[in-house]
Parts: sequence; C-alpha cells; structure tokens
Amino acid sequence: MTAGMLTVNFRKKLDHFELAMEFSMKDEIIALIGPSGSGKTTLLNCIAGIAQPDAGSIALNGAVFYEEGQKPLKIQKRKTGYLFQDYALFPHLSVEENILYGTKKGDDLTHITELSKLLGIAGLLDKYPHQISGGEKQRVALARALAAKPDILLLDEPFSALDDDTRALCQQQLQKIHERWKIPVIFVTHLKADAEKLADRILKVDRGQMTEQRLTERGGQFGRQILEADPI
Amino acid sequence: MMPYDLSPLFLSLKVATIATVCVFIVSIALARLMVRKDFFGKSFVDALILLPLVLPPTVIGFALIVLFGVNGPLGILLENLFGFRVVFTWVGAAIASFVVSLPLMYQSALAAFEKVDPRWENVGRTMGVSEWKIFRTVTFPLAWPGILAGVILAFARAIGEFGATLMIAGYIPGLTETIPLAIYFAYEAGQMDKAIFWVVIISALGVAAISWVNYWRRKNAIRIGRE
Repeated sequence: MTAGMLTVNFRKKLDHFELAMEFSMKDEIIALIGPSGSGKTTLLNCIAGIAQPDAGSIALNGAVFYEEGQKPLKIQKRKTGYLFQDYALFPHLSVEENILYGTKKGDDLTHITELSKLLGIAGLLDKYPHQISGGEKQRVALARALAAKPDILLLDEPFSALDDDTRALCQQQLQKIHERWKIPVIFVTHLKADAEKLADRILKVDRGQMTEQRLTERGGQFGRQILEADPI
Repeated sequence: MMPYDLSPLFLSLKVATIATVCVFIVSIALARLMVRKDFFGKSFVDALILLPLVLPPTVIGFALIVLFGVNGPLGILLENLFGFRVVFTWVGAAIASFVVSLPLMYQSALAAFEKVDPRWENVGRTMGVSEWKIFRTVTFPLAWPGILAGVILAFARAIGEFGATLMIAGYIPGLTETIPLAIYFAYEAGQMDKAIFWVVIISALGVAAISWVNYWRRKNAIRIGRE
C-alpha cells in the first residue's frame, strides 16, 4: 500500500444496476460527474463507511476501510470529512457548536480558528443554521467537515444550491484549503464547468460504471501516470 | 380547608410519575432498538408492545394478576426475594399504569426517532464521535418534541388508568385509591359532589399538561426546526 493514497476497487449492487468503481488518487481533487442516480453519492458513502460494498476493497493511507470477507472499518475510525448535500448542519446547535462537534476538551483548535477566518465565517459563530444564508451554510459545513482534521474530504454537490457569485467564492476557498491541507478531495457535481474549474481529474460515472477519466488543465503528475497506465 | 381527603391526588401523582419515568426509559430503549436494528421476530415484538392499546383493561388486569398474584411466577419471585407483594398495593397500580401507557410513549418515541434525518447521525460518525454522544447530543434533542408529546400522553394515560388498576390493586381508601377509582366509587355511593370534585381536578391536570406542551412547542419551534 502506498502511503498518502486512496485506492478504490469495489462492486455494489444497487436497485437498477451494479456500481463498479476502480480508481486511485493522491492528494488531488477529483470531480465525479454524471446524471442523478448514477451512483456518485453511493461511492462517497462507501468510502465514508455509511454504505458497504458487496465485494472488493477500499483503503486510504494504508488503513483498510473495506476488504471483502473482513469486518469493515468503523465510520468513526476512517477520518473522512464529509460535506453532505444540503449540508446537514445540526439545526439545534449554533455555528460554533456545529464546527466544534467532533472536537474534544483539550484539542488544539488553531486550525479551526484559521479555517473560520479563511472561510469568512468568524462572525457567524453564535448564529443558528436557520439564521444564515445558503453560501454561509456551505462554508460552515466545509469548516465542520475539516474540523476533525480528516485524511480525505468528500463533498456531495457542494455548490449546487449557490448563486454564481457565492459559488465562485466557495470554489476559491476550497482551492485555498486544498493547497494548504494537501489531502485527497472528491467532489460530486452534475455541472461540467465546476469540475473543469476545480478538479485535477474528472471521473464520469453513468449507471454505476466509470465511463470516462481525464485530466483537466490543473491535473498533476500522479493523475497523468494513472491515465497513461489505465486510460478509459 | 379542603372539602375532601386529597390522598387520591397525591397517590395518583405518585403512581403516574413513577410509571411515566419507567415507561420513558423502557420506551426510549425499545424505540431506539426498533429503529436501528432488524432482527427475527421484530414485527412480533412490536405487536406485543402495542397489544395493551387494543386489549380491554380487564384483560390487562387479569394478566397482571396471573403474573404478579400470590401464585403468579413474578409474584412468588418478588415475595421470595424481597418479601414484597404487588397485589393490593400502590405498586400494583403503578405496574398497571406502566403497562397501559407504554404503547403510547413507545409509538411517540418511535415516530420521533424515525423523523431524525440519519444524515445528522452520519455527520457525527464521520467526525469520529461515539454513538452514545451522537444519541445524547443529536438524536435525542432532535427527537425531543415527539418524545415530550409521548411523555405527556403516557402520564395522562397513567393518571387516568382504572380497569387494570382496580383488578390488581383493588380499592383500598388511603392505600390504592387513585383519582379514577375515587370518582367511580363516589358515584357508586351517590356522592356526586365528591365525584365532580375529582372530575374537575383530573380534567384540570389534563388541560394544564396539554397547554404546557403547546406552549413549549411554540417557544422552541424555530430553534429545533430544520434548516
């Protein structure tokens, strides 16, 4: 197993087709694009441990998340930051309580203070989710997903509910965070423009199958090697 | 100066409070189990918990006598272990109240837990938070409005329990005389003033409980509402 690398190779039977995914990544940004119901969110759920594959394996940084015939690694131990579609902020907790939810007493919170400043949410900490805008919710959810210092960031349609200006701002902030944190980021989108702008590599998924894999202009060395070795 | 002995009020409050506390704990555990786990015989267990809703109180009272009576298995066990009898005591009344109010609280708790978006629990899990902390700080607070409605329903049912209570606890003034029993026996004895007095008291308790729940819901509607 290569350190600092996500390897995904699994199959899972869904209602109308089988989801079969095979790819690996380092600290890149990968965009999963494809029509609704093509299995993109299920892929994220399988990596996070919310859903389990039927066969194959998933591993990150040497930790086996799933291996056929073995007990899957608990969600709590996978160190995944997951931004759910519609953000799923806890409605009964303030922004600050949402972000700090996964931290323990005595934890170093320096990175959270930095994140709050970087994402421009430092002034929202005492507000509740119903009191903030869609763009602010997105940034709070991103801060929350990163607060527990994850080894991988999974984003499910993170920009779908945002207007153009807010979308551009949030994308800029995500790029800044990725430059600073250097962790693998997978984001689901149905918008090609978002994928081209943000991702190093684009994986196109249709009815559970990876139908296309290509580099964007941002694409790095690792992505190039992968594509040369296994072009689709 | 009160016109009547108030012991039925205090006994009813004691019996209903103890029954409700027990119902609360058992229902939360059962509802959580039923929402999260699939197991063989789940539907049967569900039907068993809800059975008191459709059975006449006399059947429940009869079953309790069979179980907790002097010759019943649980009755003998309690007598041998603690030298304690359930029949013709306020504990019998509390057990009867527990059995009849359990399905109401259970149904409310089940519906409340089912309404909590599983994504919120999954967010907690991906952040490395333990299942117990997620339950304590996310699931339970978000299910609380529904659970609270169940608590009030269960308390109201417990304080109004009559048939099964009469069968297992009997009517012993000062010992097992709850408000519903006091109303029935006052009416039987032709003491209409006394019956009306207790009808007004128990109705006032019901109205106060429902009004408080409605007030609490209005007050907390925005904060506990979804995004």
